[in-house]
Amino acid sequence: MENQGFKNKVKRIYYGLTLFFGLLLILSGGLVYKMVDPSFLTFPNEVETETYVDVVGFDNIENGIHLETGFKDDEGLQTVIVNCTSCHSAKLVTQNRANKEGWISIIRWMQETQNLWDLGTNEVVIVNYLAKNYGIEEKGRRDNLENVEWYDLKN
Amino acid sequence: MKRRKFIRNTFLGTAASLIGADIVFSSSMPKNYTPIGLKDPDPYTLFNKDKDMTVLNDKPWNIEAKAHLLDDKITPNKYMFIRNNGNIPQNIDVAHWKLIIDGESVSTPKTYTLQALKSKFKNHTYQLTLECGGNGRSEFNPPAKGNQWTVGAVSCAVWTGVRLKDVLEDVGIKDDAVYIGYHAADTHLSGDPEKEPISRGVPIEKALQEETLLAFKMNGRDIPLAHGYPLRLVAGGWPASASGKWIHRISVRDKVHDGTKMKAPAYRVPCKPVAPGEKVKDADMCIIESMPVKSLITYPRSGAMISQGEKLHIRGHAWAGELEVQAMAYSIDFGATWHTCRIEKPINRLAWQHFNASIAFPKKGYYEVWARATDVDGVSQPMLVPGWNPKGYLNNACHRIAVKVK
Ligand code: HEC
Repeated sequence: MENQGFKNKVKRIYYGLTLFFGLLLILSGGLVYKMVDPSFLTFPNEVETETYVDVVGFDNIENGIHLETGFKDDEGLQTVIVNCTSCHSAKLVTQNRANKEGWISIIRWMQETQNLWDLGTNEVVIVNYLAKNYGIEEKGRRDNLENVEWYDLKN
Repeated sequence: MKRRKFIRNTFLGTAASLIGADIVFSSSMPKNYTPIGLKDPDPYTLFNKDKDMTVLNDKPWNIEAKAHLLDDKITPNKYMFIRNNGNIPQNIDVAHWKLIIDGESVSTPKTYTLQALKSKFKNHTYQLTLECGGNGRSEFNPPAKGNQWTVGAVSCAVWTGVRLKDVLEDVGIKDDAVYIGYHAADTHLSGDPEKEPISRGVPIEKALQEETLLAFKMNGRDIPLAHGYPLRLVAGGWPASASGKWIHRISVRDKVHDGTKMKAPAYRVPCKPVAPGEKVKDADMCIIESMPVKSLITYPRSGAMISQGEKLHIRGHAWAGELEVQAMAYSIDFGATWHTCRIEKPINRLAWQHFNASIAFPKKGYYEVWARATDVDGVSQPMLVPGWNPKGYLNNACHRIAVKVK
């Protein structure tokens, strides 16, 4: 008896899972199709409501720079995009420079005060990426004036 | 609109399936998070800013001027820096906007409508200097975290409003009042409605100064949304973060206000000087009050080339927090010799002052014109970046421009 009940349960779970994965397959097929042909399943009166956002271009890299965010292309890029661009833009990240310890302390500060979630095993990936690509550059107490655009001044 | 939603909703899914990236902790990510904000509208038209302004951050908006953009005696909106800690409030209902004055040190809290504020109290107008505490942060070594402001997070507009002093007197404050803290309508970046992006304030002495305003006009018009419409505090000469935007509540406290960004390390510097990069305990960090003496050469733009024999006419502004600027000098030999600039008196207390000079160069070549202001206490701007501090505040090092004589 008990055995039979267990078998039934397993069967139900099995059917459930099949149905779930089946639906998932259909859905993802639809999604892929939608990406290939954005007009798929779009109602005519909707067409002009919004310009298409760059999801297609969201993975474009040019000269080692991820165009959508401005992040440098390197190992860990996607993990950083996913975890570090929802509250503020990537610009707040790429403006800053710190070593590993510094980046960890920025992350801790956001976790303690700004609702940043536990990054789990992704933390190492993120910190390595940041410290390598946005590490500290040694500089003096005052830089040379850089990028001066020269022009003739008419008095 | 639907499409946007479609993209938003499927972003995590598509991101994961396309890249194959493993979003391990996506489950602990709150539901409504969308990695990579959808393209926001152009900030220049959104906020009526000049195209030459520099966008440091587009979420939240942080935008600064360049030195030569600040040439006007009164800063127009298009050249005024924007510093936000959170999201700008949406759908402001002016008709129902209220200001509540409460806190331990008021006997009975009192509420004013905007209209009541404007009509009940005498209106005052002052030109007031507002500079971000972190202006110049980009020069610190080792680097300090936060928006990397260069020189352009300063403005001096004309503000019209009522004196906070008059309002506090009308409410009646107790003898034990030590601080006021503001509360505003902006929202936290994480979307958490319980969190305030920023809630700072000033000691009661500063709150009671004649120039400390609850302002509703900037340069004669409604304050632009990004600058605090419909009501903001203006406490000139102090870190601009003390001048809260979108104010709907002011608490009169019997202790130092303890709102967001009042606690260390925000807007604090080490009480005692420290070595570059040194760790400083929170307890050893002191709140920044008046901003230090500083100046900017706003004309010409760096990079000017002139012919030998021609004079270079420079001009700009100088300010000194709570104090007045007493003298202004320039050097074309990296500080070996200094020459006096003409400097005007401020139009009112806490407004910046204008200087100018005509410079003759001894021979052809590359020069830097350095400007240095001195306040009434005899304190001057340093030529080097001043004392390092963990958050990179108060960089008042001399401003300079590059010049070539051909
Ligand atoms: C849950 C929301 C949230 C997420 C996710 C988040 N941050 Fe932040 N972060 C904030 C807030 C809020 C601030 C403060 C903004 C301000 O006051 O200007 C901030 C500030 C910063 C700063 C400037 C520090 C300072 O002192 O002002 C850096 C650098 C930064 N974040 C990097 C990151 C990185 C790297 C990640 C990914 C690991 C990340 N952020 C993810 C909320 C977040």
